Amino acid sequence: MSKIHVTTTVNGDAVDFLADPRETLLDCLRDHLGLTGSKEGCGTGDCGACSVRLDGVLVSSCLVLGVEAEGRSIETIEGMASPDGTLHPLQRKFIEHAALQCGFCTPGILVAAKALLEENPDPSESEIRYWLAGNLCRCTGYDKIIRAVQDAAAELRGAA
Amino acid sequence: MRYHSPLTFEAASRVAAGASGVTRFLAGGTDVLVQLRAGSVTPDDLIDLKRIPGVGSITREGDGGWTIGAAVSGAALGATPGLVSDWPGVVEGMGLVGSTQVQGRATLAGNLCNGSPAADGVPGLVAAGATATVVGPEGRRRMAIADIPAGPGRTALQPGEVIAAIHLPARGAQGGDAYERFIPRTEMDIAVVGCAVNLRLDGDTIVEARVALGAVAPTVLLVEACAQAIVGTRLDEAALDALAAAARAAAKPISDKRGTAEFRTHVAGVLARRVAVTAYNRAKGNRAKGAAQ
Repeated sequence: MSKIHVTTTVNGDAVDFLADPRETLLDCLRDHLGLTGSKEGCGTGDCGACSVRLDGVLVSSCLVLGVEAEGRSIETIEGMASPDGTLHPLQRKFIEHAALQCGFCTPGILVAAKALLEENPDPSESEIRYWLAGNLCRCTGYDKIIRAVQDAAAELRGAA
Repeated sequence: MRYHSPLTFEAASRVAAGASGVTRFLAGGTDVLVQLRAGSVTPDDLIDLKRIPGVGSITREGDGGWTIGAAVSGAALGATPGLVSDWPGVVEGMGLVGSTQVQGRATLAGNLCNGSPAADGVPGLVAAGATATVVGPEGRRRMAIADIPAGPGRTALQPGEVIAAIHLPARGAQGGDAYERFIPRTEMDIAVVGCAVNLRLDGDTIVEARVALGAVAPTVLLVEACAQAIVGTRLDEAALDALAAAARAAAKPISDKRGTAEFRTHVAGVLARRVAVTAYNRAKGNRAKGAAQ
């Protein structure tokens, strides 16, 4: 099986890797680039634990082939905090509200929530729940996640 | 698996037509990659369409119609206000497919070619009278969307043929469309029954109608008897009863884990009524807006 050389941008950095064409973007991020923040929950686009932005669009990286990333721009959870380690308000609010337990779904939910707040800075609870309907959490019951997103949204609006 | 990323549909078609093994076209990938993962379909040749210029474009044509490239995502449809205004039923059908993440990738053309009888994106297209540009070894042709589904997982496309774009007609005056499905929860599920209605009014009277039912037969159904039940009416109670009866008569569902045949047949009538009212109100709203201008 011949591998394909892929050049792409991840969190603003130019990167390249050799991908088997059957490998998903999630496989490539985790196994070739060492970015293990994105998780594989289901591998079939149902759970959202692998959520990343592809050219700004929220996608499940398990439903993207690594070779499709050629020339694109990818944002992962690893790019969410500032380079100096300062957490994004969403990350901080998730801690404050205890919006995670095992943490497996958290990177995907943070990436998805950030995409939501960029599109809609003042979402209703219903809008948050529908937007995050593709991010499954088996620990929290979602309520604390929703509160954390609402609180982060309020802070971001105040700061703007 | 060989990965191809051709720059024209003709080149994509040549790869598919010349391949001896299993081929798949890759648009959004939300079905193809799941099949790949499950091992149910392992393509020898995977042909990615997304490098073809224009494949991700939504274009309003000179006649007021719309051309939607094969790789346009559901999210992109919803982010095009003119399209949402003209064909809300088409957009809301596709918008029901999967999560926000899936919406970022899933396409109308893929929803059609995946061949699910329960595809939420398809009844709206059929009701709208949409067509597809199909590119194959013999050249290009236009097919009615209604003629493409051939059964669960099957289409009427010939070997080597690929959908390049989907075309919606001009909305025109006093028209409206709508789509709804029944699922036993609020989100993230597959239709038990789906129904799309597209109609046009003259004053308060329906003069044209197309009614499509999903998930009640091996393919989407365009039900002429449903259209006849409401054309010439003001969608009064008698017309709605006749519409529901025609929808139930046309439904030929199976019983499966999502619902019994009896339940699906009943719901086909409920949805037809409900969706027709929404389409009718939208058509009236369009007229009011036109009059105000």
